[in-house]
Amino acid sequence: MSDQFYYGIEVLLNGLMAGVLYALVALGFVLIYKASGIFNYAQGVMALFAALTLVGIMEGQIPFSHLINAIFGTDLHHFGWEVPALLAILLTVGVMVLFAIAVQRFIFRHLVGQEPIILFMATIGLAYFLEGVGDLMWGSDIKTLDVGIPQGGSFWIEDMTAGLGSENFFGFFIDKLDIVATIVAIVLVAALVAFSQFTKQGRALRAVADDHQAALSVGISLNFIWILVWSIAGFVALVAGIMWGAKSGVQFSLSLIALKALPVLMLGGFTSIPGAIVGGLIIGVGEKLFEFLIGAPYLGGATENWFAYVLALIFLVFRPQGLFGERIIERV
Amino acid sequence: MLYREAGDFKTSYVDDSQTFPIAFDRYRYWAVLAVAFLVIPFVIDDYWANAVFVPFLIYAIAAIGLNILVGYCGQVSLGTGGFMAVGAYACYKLMTAFPDVSIVIHVVLAGGITAAVGALFGLPSLRIKGFYLAVATLAAQFFLVWLFNKVSWFYNYSASGQISAPERSVLGIAVTGAQVAPWAQYMICLVFCTISAIIARNLTRGSTGRKWMAIRDMDIAAEIIGVNPLRAKLSAFAVSSFFVGISGALFFAVYLGAVEVGEAFGIQKSFLVLFMIIIGGLGSIFGSFAGAAFMVLLPVALKVVGVDWLGFPTDTVAHFQLVIVGALIMIFLIAEPHGLAQLWRLAKEKLRLWPFPY
Repeated sequence: MSDQFYYGIEVLLNGLMAGVLYALVALGFVLIYKASGIFNYAQGVMALFAALTLVGIMEGQIPFSHLINAIFGTDLHHFGWEVPALLAILLTVGVMVLFAIAVQRFIFRHLVGQEPIILFMATIGLAYFLEGVGDLMWGSDIKTLDVGIPQGGSFWIEDMTAGLGSENFFGFFIDKLDIVATIVAIVLVAALVAFSQFTKQGRALRAVADDHQAALSVGISLNFIWILVWSIAGFVALVAGIMWGAKSGVQFSLSLIALKALPVLMLGGFTSIPGAIVGGLIIGVGEKLFEFLIGAPYLGGATENWFAYVLALIFLVFRPQGLFGERIIERV
Repeated sequence: MLYREAGDFKTSYVDDSQTFPIAFDRYRYWAVLAVAFLVIPFVIDDYWANAVFVPFLIYAIAAIGLNILVGYCGQVSLGTGGFMAVGAYACYKLMTAFPDVSIVIHVVLAGGITAAVGALFGLPSLRIKGFYLAVATLAAQFFLVWLFNKVSWFYNYSASGQISAPERSVLGIAVTGAQVAPWAQYMICLVFCTISAIIARNLTRGSTGRKWMAIRDMDIAAEIIGVNPLRAKLSAFAVSSFFVGISGALFFAVYLGAVEVGEAFGIQKSFLVLFMIIIGGLGSIFGSFAGAAFMVLLPVALKVVGVDWLGFPTDTVAHFQLVIVGALIMIFLIAEPHGLAQLWRLAKEKLRLWPFPY
């Protein structure tokens, strides 16, 4: 086997790992979309906000310190304590639940029954709002997030696979963080499936996803389910935020992964959790391989920016509901 | 009392189908045009031109274009930034390839090229709808920006990867380049903006616009009553992209002068123009102007209040701007989905009866 082949496999593996992270973000979208028909553009910003909050709590930053300093001329920035990672994660989950309640109470309760596209635009507004609040609360500088996840290339894998093709092949370079992310994603999906299959709330959630009115008529509180689902999406966003934040620092570009998750959803279908995962993997592998085989040698590189969208676009023309989505039936 | 039909007798079909059926509205329209053409050019200075009027006029053209697509035809597009980039780069290539031809022709041609590109990216709209389509237009946004970044033919192989507008003049007065007077910038944008608005207003009043609205309200029903969805949707994409392309060309050539594509025409620009039409009012030409004015004035006003009066740091004010814009989008969608234009309509209704509402 030639070196090129093994490099290709390395690219493929890295693509799979990237795909897992895309799938994590896409998962949050699918949850909210299934339960409330809202296509939540703010999911990426929620990941950013959750990661910012986590860093802020861990480092003991004072919220809105820039603002307070600007108004009162003080010089506050830190409480002076550090919070252990696990406690900070729990507190951040609490913040995301409060956020879910606020979103439901102040925004989407007033928009029930609107067209999907109006809801979508409202979530774009929400994304801007949340980004601004996040920056005001915690400052907009790039932060490093360290919750104790191992990082850097795995030497064990590198040593094991070195010399596979020829003397010059140094083994697969795979980031430990990506392996952790994969495991976390598998656990998260398993937990979500277990939750929705075996608990009372989970069943109620699936009932709401099936039919709002039927769910209402058997006594399920839509309001509660929507808060619940936004909280779960907030939690998923936190997990995605931790993974991406540990990988590349907590900064604004984190919110742009939401845009990457859109083609994932279009491939997988908006209503299917397995679809989100398969779509994520296809996009992750597809864009890395395309960059490796065609993009970098012939097109001048950086094709990752648009490949996913064009793939999804071409795919949609042939199968508008995505791979696993429900068939779209229209009535006049 | 102000907006009265009483006493305004229509004696011909031309009178009956004019744009502003109410006399007071017509006077107001002519008054606005007179101020815009005859007063502002003489009092405008560099700050007002660059901070307020020129961006307002250019964004108004873009908002009119996007409003045709989103507000009238119901096809949500997030590719506005990419299409503006097409207009800008088309204008740049034409300006440098044919230096002797007037820039006015170049800008119009750039609009035409953008219309062709827009119609091409509008093809998926025949199969997919709603936010599936919105995401598909993101493909246009990212692909076009990447294309203008990577293919050096588009920026004439310049080392910086930027395009900068060479000096061109209309009727002997410089309108692009370093030596341009503020009133000249203002006037060329005003002319394009006025003509665009008149064309758009009349298109949307006529049979083309009615077909678009039929498609927007329900495409299957529209098809049954004889609207050809292929032609209606693609014409909406083409006309919309034409205006967006013109605004992109002006944005580059007249307003900024030098442009780096990812910075000037990124995804943020798409959202900015989308916000303009949401706040201004979907499906209204006046709304496009109102929204553009609002979104151009908001940062200026915040800067004056926040930085100059209250002495906040610039970045804090910028974050506040995000919060306010986001909150306003949500408030408008909840409280007044038809935007500022609807407030204006309500005000007109009230004014008709004022001061005797019963």
